[in-house]
Amino acid sequence: MKGANTELPLVCWLEDCRKDSTPLVGGKCSSLGEMINAGIRVPPGFALTTEGYRRFMAGAGIGREIQSLLAGLDTQDMDALEKTSETIRGMIEAQPLSTELEDLIAEYYRKLSLRCCLPAAPVAVRSSATAEDLVGASFAGQQDTYLWIRGADEVLHHIRRCISSLYTGRAIAYRANQKFDDALLAISVGVQKMANSFTAGVMFTLHPGNGDRSVIVIDSNYGFGESVVSGEVTPDNFIVNKVTLDILERTISQKDIYYTVDTKNQTNQVIDVPPERQKVQSLMDDEITALAWMGKQIEKHYGRPMDIEWAVDKDLPFGGNIFILQARPETVWSEKRKTNTAGKGTSAMDYILASMLEGKKLS
Amino acid sequence: MKFPNPHDVKDIPGTEGWERMYPYQYQFTTDDPERKEYEEKTFWFYDGLHYPEPIYPFDTIWDEAWYLALSQYNNRIFQVPPVRGVDHRIINGHVYISPVPVEDPEEIGRRVPNFTERAGYYYQNWDELEAKWKVKIEATIKELEELQIPGLPELEDISVVTDAVGESKGFHLIKAYDDLINLGIKCWQYHFEFLNLGYAAYVFFLDFMQKQFPSIPLQRVTQMISGIDVIMFRSDDELKKLAKKAIDLGVEQAITCSQEWAPVEAALNKLPKGQEWLAALEEARYPWFYISSGTGWSHNDCCWNDDLSIPLMGITTYIKKIKEGADIERPLTKVRAERDRITEEYRALIESEEDRKTFDELLGTAKTVFPYVENHLFYVEHWFHSVFWGKIREVAAIMKEHGLIKEIDDIWLLRRDEIKQGLWDVVTAWATGVKPRGGAVWPPEIEWRKGVMEKFRAWDAPAAIGTAPEVIQEPFTIVLWGVTNSSLADWSEVQNIDDPDSITELKGFAGSPGIVEGRARVCHSAKEIRELQEGEILVSPTTSPSWAPAFAKINACVTDVGGIMSHAAIVCREYGMPAVVGTGHATKIIKTGMLLRIDGTTGIVSIER
Repeated sequence: MKGANTELPLVCWLEDCRKDSTPLVGGKCSSLGEMINAGIRVPPGFALTTEGYRRFMAGAGIGREIQSLLAGLDTQDMDALEKTSETIRGMIEAQPLSTELEDLIAEYYRKLSLRCCLPAAPVAVRSSATAEDLVGASFAGQQDTYLWIRGADEVLHHIRRCISSLYTGRAIAYRANQKFDDALLAISVGVQKMANSFTAGVMFTLHPGNGDRSVIVIDSNYGFGESVVSGEVTPDNFIVNKVTLDILERTISQKDIYYTVDTKNQTNQVIDVPPERQKVQSLMDDEITALAWMGKQIEKHYGRPMDIEWAVDKDLPFGGNIFILQARPETVWSEKRKTNTAGKGTSAMDYILASMLEGKKLS
Repeated sequence: MKFPNPHDVKDIPGTEGWERMYPYQYQFTTDDPERKEYEEKTFWFYDGLHYPEPIYPFDTIWDEAWYLALSQYNNRIFQVPPVRGVDHRIINGHVYISPVPVEDPEEIGRRVPNFTERAGYYYQNWDELEAKWKVKIEATIKELEELQIPGLPELEDISVVTDAVGESKGFHLIKAYDDLINLGIKCWQYHFEFLNLGYAAYVFFLDFMQKQFPSIPLQRVTQMISGIDVIMFRSDDELKKLAKKAIDLGVEQAITCSQEWAPVEAALNKLPKGQEWLAALEEARYPWFYISSGTGWSHNDCCWNDDLSIPLMGITTYIKKIKEGADIERPLTKVRAERDRITEEYRALIESEEDRKTFDELLGTAKTVFPYVENHLFYVEHWFHSVFWGKIREVAAIMKEHGLIKEIDDIWLLRRDEIKQGLWDVVTAWATGVKPRGGAVWPPEIEWRKGVMEKFRAWDAPAAIGTAPEVIQEPFTIVLWGVTNSSLADWSEVQNIDDPDSITELKGFAGSPGIVEGRARVCHSAKEIRELQEGEILVSPTTSPSWAPAFAKINACVTDVGGIMSHAAIVCREYGMPAVVGTGHATKIIKTGMLLRIDGTTGIVSIER
């Protein structure tokens, strides 16, 4: 691990991150590192650490100015909030990184491209907050994600944008409400090879509708996962038995649009799904089973139900083409402390009697 | 969901007056306004599980027997709080049943302490009481086997005088018939001693798991109770043993020389080792060949001991399998390993310590009750019934001798009280030395009834009649008969389709997981299973233990009737092959040779048209 003159690295590979690396690389990257080390297939990448972030902010010397801008801010005043946000973000994005950081990141990017056998590997640049992704503190989506970024300069630019996303209006207001001390604020930025996804989506290792822990529920659409995450399409839905990996239910929806890459300018674009593919199952049965198996391993590894983003890479053959992009603890049902089903005493007779009286039907 | 009003169901032309073939309380009637209203607002479903064919007047005995026994245990002995008994009706020869709920919540409350005390006693002392049960039932069967049906001699034996017996064979015949009937009813009293509680333990274990895991497929729950050795498999195991022995002794050529028993027996008798094999067969036959080729509920269901060509077919199949190098044993080790894995994984997914404790308790109870739930079938429906039908045939022979019936099998067209009446006619005429009156009474009536039965068979019985309830709650109804809201909706849907040849998909219960494609073979009776070809999909009204050899040949099974605890579902789970049960109409819609896709995980049968 390269660490310049400090003990803590400024940049590190995802596979060098662990569960306890959160203070250094944020929840998202430590989770990715954790998965890689647990044998789960994750697109390769690296992270600008919180130490790197601090070095950048220190070098920029704008901390005091930001503090003063925030000090008098009324977070209820939406106009003022947005204006302040814009100012701060502009300041951050305008700051160059130090030569040391630039060289370091460019070198990691070059190595990543080599690993992917691509001249300039398309990557996703996303923030990995230290407070995000923790059970009970999910404010997912409050930091930005930039997809399909190519070239070292572009990577550097988007890293700055990710850092500045700490100061979106929403994030500022949220921290103010939570009385979060901005001096403790730190962010890491992950740079990860883009999965060239044919199909992508999300997967819960429990039933989000009823909390059933014996199933894995998968939503999928063609292209990148955003159409599913953002709710822009009704995805295909699959319910898989976690224990046996049988597909219990499949709902094939009409999928109008999907996200793909615009090959000319390497950006994300929304396009219409051709009519003949709209009602076709977007994820094959074998892939569903393989994906659910991975979900099961991830849950086993973390010891709790998980919320997972995944993609099937179109450039690779079946068997090595399914990637996990993100995994975080499921928060809704985990917090809803499950009341015990019985509540009727634990003996068989107690349960039988209570159930008879209840007269619930089996369906 | 629309089902016919019971009072609107029309008599089939030419069968008017059919009601006299059955006990009067089985009629849907309009003469009592209170009863009429009750019948209309009640939901009656066709008990095709026990009666895939119209019921013969005599066979009504078992229906009355369980009408009494199930209901008394539910309502008068254990007092299941929310359900009384199960009510019965017959319409055009088809039996319809309906669980009777307790509607007043206060009354339910009053029943609770009784149930807790009484059912609790059985659950707590299950093994000990079950051991007593086995003694009782075996004594009852022994009594039945030893029961003599005396003929009527021209002159009573001298010993009647010298021993001062003081009773005649006429009286003994009447008494023997009464004893025979009473033994049958008694046997059915025992049949339900444990059954309701057994099912309850089973059903509420399922219910608990469904609450824990709303998406859990039922067969995953039943799988947790699979791999327990029950005597239901014993008869089939005996066939396997005999197949192996035949090969060991080198007599298998003689056994496979014919599909009929007589030439096989002759061939075996000519071989020195053939005798040894025949001795082994004799040993296995009692009692293990008292296994009915049907459910045991109908007099038509002959048992293996009645016709050895039935088990012969199974032995032949197994010999062939062994010679091909196939493993004919049920993959018990595999089934148990998978069972344990699944149980452990689900258990680990239960969140609270307390729920895990309930899980352990309920699973333990379900495993305790499971052997009874299976084993009683062998003792009652197979062993007892098989012997019983034989004894009734002995009674029939006497009636035939005295001209009351023309053929032995005519007796099934008479109600059991009519037989008693006929026997009185016979014995009084015999004693007096005159001609019985019945010779002119019964034969024409029997001829007419035969015609009625013919017409009943052609009738397409609705899956249900009366008013469908909002929810089906009665657990036995669900697990055993496979009646649930969704199955009713599916049945009603299929019922209302004009052209059955247009149906490409049938829904049933996911009886045993897995997906298989293959050709259909529709078999209505155990006799027809010899038509089965390797790898076919068996489509039948229902199956019973004597169909066991069929499962060694087929790749999947589909039935009209039955829930996840039905025989076909249990056996398929043991063999690890898919089953879809309780489809309602599979045998009517699917034809032999059709290409089917069976998804035993979702309970869907797809028909390639």
